[in-house]
Amino acid sequence: MARTTAHATQDNDLSRRTSPAAPLAEAFEAGSVAGVAELREEPFLTMVGLRVKRGTEVGERIAAVTGGLPEGSGGVSGNEGTSVLWLGPTEFLVVAPMEAHEALGGDLIRSLLDALGDGEGQVVDLSANRTTFELTGSRARAVLEKGCSLDLHPRVFGVGTAFSTEIGQIPVILWKTGEESYRIFPRASFADFLGRWLLDAMREYASPEVP
Amino acid sequence: MLLISCPNCGARDETEFHYGGQAHVPYPENPDELTDREWAEFLFYRDNTRGSFAERWLHSTGCRQWFNMLRDTVTYDIQAVYPMGAPQPTVDPDPDDEYGTASVAADSTTTGSSGPSISGTDLGPVDASTAPKGATK
Repeated sequence: MARTTAHATQDNDLSRRTSPAAPLAEAFEAGSVAGVAELREEPFLTMVGLRVKRGTEVGERIAAVTGGLPEGSGGVSGNEGTSVLWLGPTEFLVVAPMEAHEALGGDLIRSLLDALGDGEGQVVDLSANRTTFELTGSRARAVLEKGCSLDLHPRVFGVGTAFSTEIGQIPVILWKTGEESYRIFPRASFADFLGRWLLDAMREYASPEVP
Repeated sequence: MLLISCPNCGARDETEFHYGGQAHVPYPENPDELTDREWAEFLFYRDNTRGSFAERWLHSTGCRQWFNMLRDTVTYDIQAVYPMGAPQPTVDPDPDDEYGTASVAADSTTTGSSGPSISGTDLGPVDASTAPKGATK
């Protein structure tokens, strides 16, 4: 099996890499309203694409590494630090902290590949595919509702669910990580547009409320 | 905007889906034996049904799975969603949803007072009642 992921080296110079929304970092800070709507990029998370059938022998082996595979649409499972998002009936996205990547000494992808063995499925390092936005605050839901047609009311969209959908016409994965916090995963090339779109949607909450 | 019920994800906006054309068009068993005409008909010729039409859809920004859908091309009423490979379900025609048949009735232009009178013109069986029900929805 060909392995195209970076290998751990002693002289990884992390300062040389640039995240997709890095040029917007200052704008994110300036546009955030503390406690109301805050936006920041959480770059370089480790992401692994899984294609495997739940319930099969291979599926069980992989589930043992990730802390389970979610059952259906919206499902998120996982153990400490590692989460698995449901993307399709046989397709999952593993999201883990940056340190889990083998370039930084982690062994997540290695152990997933070992669990897959020569079974039917795929384990692919997708860490560079998407970046992560964290949108938090009491108005975070209102910001998202301007461009997302999903029902984001808490009775439907609870904490710990993730859907692949569209925000501002951009295909993203939207994951509700807390009562007032969301993670948004746009593909890297859409990060700039979506970042500006979210800033624009957040702008009204910086002004005093009109009574 | 159509609200389409994906078998995996539930109801989502039409913009999340891609249309895949007519369903149940089998690949020819022996493509080599087809004439050019038959091959062209397999590739390019599709039904242009007025009414219930079986078509393929892909939930491209969701679960990325294909499924079949039975949709009314006049009213946009989604009558059935069923998996790829399954036979086309039969849907009982709802008499309230009849449309387009009034024009063949002999008296469709000669009785009734709701539509404008077109007697004296020779436009054939045209009547306001032929407008599809729900077309303005």
